[in-house]
Amino acid sequence: MASRPRTLYEKIWDAHVVETRDDGTALIYIDRHLVHEVTSPQAFEALKIAGRAVRRPELTLAVPDHNLPTTARLDADGKPVPIADPESAAQLAALEVNASAFGIRYIPATAKEQGIVHVVGPEQGFSLPGTTIVCGDSHTACHGGLGALAFGIGTSEVEHVLATQTLLLQQSKPMEVRVEGDLGPGVSAKDLILHIIGKIGAAGGSGHVIEYRGRVFERMTIEERLTVCNMSIEAGARAGLIAPDDTTFAYLKGRPMAPKGADWDAAVAYWRTLRSDDGAIFAKSVTIAAGDVEPSVTWGTSPEDVVPIGGRVPHPEDFADESKRVAAQKSLAYMGLTPGTPMTQIPIENVFIGSCTNSRIEDLRAAAAVLKGRRKAANVRWAIVVPGSGLVKAQAEKEGLDKVFIDAGFEWREPGCSACLGMNPDKVPAGERCASTSNRNFVGRQGPGARTHLVSPAMAAAAAVTGRLADVRDLV
Amino acid sequence: MQPLTRVQGRAIPLGLKNVDTDIIIPAKWLKTISREGLGAGAFEALRAEPGNVFDDPAYKGAPILIAGDNYGCGSSREHAAWAMLDLGIRVVIAPSFSDIHSGNAVKNGILPVVLPQDAVDRLLEVAREGLEITVDLEAQTVTTPYQDRFVFEIDPFRKHCLLNGLDEVGLTMARSEAIGAFEAARAAAQPWLMRGTAA
Repeated sequence: MASRPRTLYEKIWDAHVVETRDDGTALIYIDRHLVHEVTSPQAFEALKIAGRAVRRPELTLAVPDHNLPTTARLDADGKPVPIADPESAAQLAALEVNASAFGIRYIPATAKEQGIVHVVGPEQGFSLPGTTIVCGDSHTACHGGLGALAFGIGTSEVEHVLATQTLLLQQSKPMEVRVEGDLGPGVSAKDLILHIIGKIGAAGGSGHVIEYRGRVFERMTIEERLTVCNMSIEAGARAGLIAPDDTTFAYLKGRPMAPKGADWDAAVAYWRTLRSDDGAIFAKSVTIAAGDVEPSVTWGTSPEDVVPIGGRVPHPEDFADESKRVAAQKSLAYMGLTPGTPMTQIPIENVFIGSCTNSRIEDLRAAAAVLKGRRKAANVRWAIVVPGSGLVKAQAEKEGLDKVFIDAGFEWREPGCSACLGMNPDKVPAGERCASTSNRNFVGRQGPGARTHLVSPAMAAAAAVTGRLADVRDLV
Repeated sequence: MQPLTRVQGRAIPLGLKNVDTDIIIPAKWLKTISREGLGAGAFEALRAEPGNVFDDPAYKGAPILIAGDNYGCGSSREHAAWAMLDLGIRVVIAPSFSDIHSGNAVKNGILPVVLPQDAVDRLLEVAREGLEITVDLEAQTVTTPYQDRFVFEIDPFRKHCLLNGLDEVGLTMARSEAIGAFEAARAAAQPWLMRGTAA
């Protein structure tokens, strides 16, 4: 092996190089491929036209999530409920047909294991440390929370992986985000990653793979690490990584697709080598003080538009760079906000708890802890909880969390991507605001004209009960 | 994919930074199982604004788009590249691109040209005058009728694929033996890695 100290990213990269080309690109082996209905039909179609097979069907897992309605999937007789939108129905049917035609494992919408691909992968033990994981979805970065090199790809690359189990890639540069100290009470992993994106910007990680380092991450649960890595793409980084450790191994042990027996021991021994060496060089390094992080919220239409909940809507003139001033003006007009307004005076009509960023059991517990014994404010018109998977939903119901949400005035839904991207019927109406635990506040993301404020699950619950953006620390 | 060597024509002076792929093509257009016809939904929210650059007759059918920093950020949807292609866009000039979107663009015969902000600002001025801009991939230059000449960098493999309209899947399938050898070594040393859903 190379004697030069290497970063975790470089170690995983090196272990997957099939061959390096003269032009500097490398053919990289892909260990795990997740497929959903939206970004795969054109890839399967291209394979069919060219008469190509899937090279390693057992390394791909297909799960519908983006388009699925989150209303009941079975009727009173236990029969699947047809999907009303004909285009959605056709796209979902195509995934099932393609998976079957190419011999790929498919989890149907009615199975308890179904959910958002980025929730299902770790939950099933399909996603493992040190593996390369891809999916036609930019939030694939999520799986970096297990110490996997995971990134989103386009449909042409989906086709490339299906046909060859590899990708032709240029190596990214390693970047370190080091967080010093500990988070204060009431400050979550979501608040931290929003804060980081606010500091480094939506393009701060472009061309890089971020490794999150510091004891904050070592003390995090896997679900918190998944939340952090999930949003690496919102900082422009293709992937985010947290070194695997005993917490990771304990999380994975016994999961259906995780290694077993002697394989498990060999895997853990290998996974223990997956850490950046002392003296490894990062092309870029940023240090953040954990003590500076407060519950965070976005005010604009880029995930970099972050302020602490105690802050105010900024003035466009606050920004040094001309293009950011123009962007801020446009964002404020879209968001219907006046500069200088305290964030806690912004009323909220909709609350969405869900998405691959924050729909796991710990997220639901955090929101339910705030909602218990409370009810959503009168001006909150629509509040929904969309669990990340059927297994998350079942666990929450076992703990009685569904009742807490329903008693608080929330709708309790079936798993899927839902109002994170407004592709299924769950949308925020034009001109209305939504406190959302998702990952993107882009123009029109949650529906045409919808105004999104990104927050943590506990902060979304606080917004629901107060009817405005609120500091959850005042409620606990 | 259609080869790209030299593109000459008017340029749409968008100039905005952080143009995300939800802006390029909103989610409601992603329900298609085809690559065709997405131009109808391209930049829908921007085109709803009166006087927008996309529907300005001065830029109708222009093959070049000029944007700000971090073009194509956000979602990995390749529909964004298909939508741009359907509008007739073959070149995007910006100070920086998202990693995923620039890869998707190249795979569909769209050239992402990275130039410094001051060069982009100059090209925006020229574009706003309705003058033609020339992008020469072979020479890696962007030129204007005012004799401006900007040189850009591009990864040699991407350049090769664009110039020749090559299908990357076909190229990699020719390396099947090397991939097979890698898989065999892996199956021997770390069999659990090769089990996937069959575990």
